[in-house]
Amino acid sequence: MKIVVDTGRCVGAGQCVLTAPSLFDQDDTDGVVVVRDRTPNGAAAEWAREAVRVCPSRALSLHE
Amino acid sequence: MAEVSHSEYNFPLERTCPFTPPPEYRKIREEEPITKVVLPNGNRAWVVTRHTDVRQVLNDHRFSADREHPAFPHLLEGAFGRGPDAEKSMISMDGPEHTTARRLVVGEFTVRRLEGLRPRIQAIVDECVDAILAGPKPVDLVPALALPVPSLVICELLGIPYADHDFFQRNSAKILLRGGPPEERRAAFDALGRYMNELIAKKEVDPGDDLLSRQIAKRRENGVHRRPALAELGFLLLVAGHETTANMISLGTAGLLKHPDQLAVILADPSKTPGAVEELLRFFTIVDTAQARLCVEDAEIGGVTIRAGEGVLALGYAANRDPEVFEDPDSLDVERGARHHVAFGFGPHQCLGQHLARMELQIVFDTLFRRIPTLRLAVRIEDLPTKNDAAVFGLHRLPVTW
Ligand code: HEM
Ligand code: SF4
Repeated sequence: MKIVVDTGRCVGAGQCVLTAPSLFDQDDTDGVVVVRDRTPNGAAAEWAREAVRVCPSRALSLHE
Repeated sequence: MAEVSHSEYNFPLERTCPFTPPPEYRKIREEEPITKVVLPNGNRAWVVTRHTDVRQVLNDHRFSADREHPAFPHLLEGAFGRGPDAEKSMISMDGPEHTTARRLVVGEFTVRRLEGLRPRIQAIVDECVDAILAGPKPVDLVPALALPVPSLVICELLGIPYADHDFFQRNSAKILLRGGPPEERRAAFDALGRYMNELIAKKEVDPGDDLLSRQIAKRRENGVHRRPALAELGFLLLVAGHETTANMISLGTAGLLKHPDQLAVILADPSKTPGAVEELLRFFTIVDTAQARLCVEDAEIGGVTIRAGEGVLALGYAANRDPEVFEDPDSLDVERGARHHVAFGFGPHQCLGQHLARMELQIVFDTLFRRIPTLRLAVRIEDLPTKNDAAVFGLHRLPVTW
């Protein structure tokens, strides 16, 4: 599984960081999502799925 | 295609019980989830009630947030009004203009950055609780806790000097007061607008470690610093962050007192408080009809065609009680893991201050019920005066004793 980010869509709501802090962070200057681990496995992969669901701007997607 | 001829619902519908949506919401969601209603000015607008449709409207460029457009479906005037001499605020912007404005400031509201404010928020809440415990009972928790906490937190965030806190709190309280004399409200608005401009002027020459000073530096670097635009942002943060958080503090407290089994869950295990806060946000959905949009390009939502020029109310409260998404939606269950609610909206305008609000609510509930374990309502729950006339739902008063 690979996490794909469309940074142009990200509105910096930080839902991904709340959901999976081990996978996501936010840039300090513009709040845009920073992916810490692009290829999560196991439980982390489930968290990645949840992050995709909660992201309010559909900035995140997964390539299985 | 739903060809709508009737117009039986006049919006906004009243929320008379603090704990349940207007009964019509369920009926509309079940029978005609997207339907036309009548606004106070006589215009028609669509209401959208299902969780999936609400999320679609709020995250679709064909629906504009331009609250200054003459056709925008307003329910209440002045809910997000402009400050004096102010510029358009981000909440009314669309597309790239909105993205640019929001990106300029969103770095101040990241989860990590706000963690730095935690000790200050804890101190603010502790001071309020100290004063409550030292004072007479019963006490009204709205002026004693719910209003001052978010107001002082915004002071902290914006870097408002301690000596001015009183002035700031007094005037922001006047702005929020409904039913009071409109001239007084206007005067408070102007006074705060002037204050914000003067404060920014001071920080331009003598910056501190606060949001406004950092914004000045950043905006100068990008060559876009204009005092009225920054004053407008300060105002937006005040208006959007004060009453909302205050109402969630008072309603959340009443909700937990009414459901002692739920309160017991977080008292036994404070790691469950964040989940409880999400559930309280879902359960009360205080910003409901304020999530309005104007359709600017024909769009099909849930099988209904909405035409350019028509207004839409995305009813977050109906969406947050949608049984398709939340099992047994009318019960308060702090352990349900209510992560997909739309209490902070959805799409590009999703609440900028949501992590700050979450942190304030967590600290308030953990501190209040830990420090005053015998806290209880001093009136019957049916007698709590509700803000059923306001854009943001809440309680006028919350008398408690212990
Ligand atoms: C429990 C408390 C709060 C609730 C329920 C709440 C709810 C909301 C909702 C529903 C929206 C979206 C409106 C729309 O889509 O048209 C919103 C936007 C916004 N909120 Fe909050 N809010 C809260 C606290 C705060 C706080 C503490 C702040 C800042 C200090 C804040 C600042 C904002 C701003 C600036 C926007 C506009 C964002 C944009 O247009 O991009 N809010 N809020
Ligand atoms: S949840 Fe979505 S919009 Fe929010 S920071 Fe993460 S990627 Fe960006």
